[in-house]
Amino acid sequence: MFKDTEHLARLAVVIALLLVVFAVLRAAVVPHSFGQYGHYRGDAIAETAARPIAFAGHDACEACHTDVVDQKKQGKHVILACEACHGALAKHADDPASVTPPKLDTALVCARCHEANSAKPKDFPQVVTAEHSGGIACDTCHQPHKPRIEQMKPGVIEKIQAGAKK
Amino acid sequence: MDITRRRLLVLLPAAAVAWKFVLAGTPEASPNYKLTEHWWSMLIDIPKCIGCGSCVRACAEENDVPDGFYRTWIERYHVTGWQIEKPEVESPDGGKQAFPPNQSDGKNFFVPKLCNHCVDSPCTQVCPVGATFVTPDGVVLVDKTYCLGCRYCVQACPYGCRFINPKTNTAEKCSLCYHRITKGLTTACCEVCPTGARQLADLKNPKDPIHEFLRTHNVQVLKPHMATGAKVFYNGMDGSVR
Repeated sequence: MFKDTEHLARLAVVIALLLVVFAVLRAAVVPHSFGQYGHYRGDAIAETAARPIAFAGHDACEACHTDVVDQKKQGKHVILACEACHGALAKHADDPASVTPPKLDTALVCARCHEANSAKPKDFPQVVTAEHSGGIACDTCHQPHKPRIEQMKPGVIEKIQAGAKK
Repeated sequence: MDITRRRLLVLLPAAAVAWKFVLAGTPEASPNYKLTEHWWSMLIDIPKCIGCGSCVRACAEENDVPDGFYRTWIERYHVTGWQIEKPEVESPDGGKQAFPPNQSDGKNFFVPKLCNHCVDSPCTQVCPVGATFVTPDGVVLVDKTYCLGCRYCVQACPYGCRFINPKTNTAEKCSLCYHRITKGLTTACCEVCPTGARQLADLKNPKDPIHEFLRTHNVQVLKPHMATGAKVFYNGMDGSVR
């Protein structure tokens, strides 16, 4: 037996108590999922994934708007997702009756992609809108879902020329 | 109670077992989405990018990105003559409202940028509190309830992909639309990209077309010398891109 057994035992009790206090505090402070996958809170993954979506995705659009899908298939815009032009519409997909997408300003929306810029790929169709349309809305002639013009509307060319001269 | 040598020998393993339970916490029930079955990345086809800014606008809307901050943005490069080391790079409003006309001399092209979701990401390594991490499916995320806003990660990212959100004062970055890809959707930027210049890819999915693309194309990553294990692959990238 050691000489000062009582002394050592007291010390051991103090250390044990401190360890217990540390363990209790740690369990209370550290989130329970910390360390589940690594040195971070595992629940954070599920929390990030729980965020609601804003863009419904083209599958959701195509479920209802089959007529537009058929129309798009005939033209070059078949590769475009609906929400590329129409904007985020997950709310419309959830509740089609009360949330309706606004009508687009084609003079603005089309120009974002088709306004001429030397940095764009050479084979991408581009126009200088001021010269091409004189600022009139693109859907005066082009049907955006099927952009190639089949029949020119009368009087439009004169209108563009008049606008471009201004 | 006397702590004898015998009692101590019995107590120590018991304490060790108890301690393991304290460390491990309670494991979560696994959802339908299996973390270990995916390894997300993105493919960017530079010759297809038209700089329309759809991705930047979609990202801001999908993720509530404050004005003047960007989780993804588009840069326009203007390279003239032999000065490959000094390209003119501009990104007005991150390319959100498309680009104004520019010079027609030299080589001009657009480069969309976003978080590279590095495997050995410098940003997660410097986080002092474990608020940012690489998920088991290869996405670098920020735990905004844990982030202190110390900005270490903002400095550490060699690609400049992080910022401090002025509303929450926590670090923010591209989450690769984690809330979308775990539901089977593509990211907001890939969803709206009109030319297919951006493609979400799952490197663990053997049917993903990325595997053939990586084999048959000259694909690069940004700053390969930094050995970050970047997972955003660029096709047709000019040597001047930084």
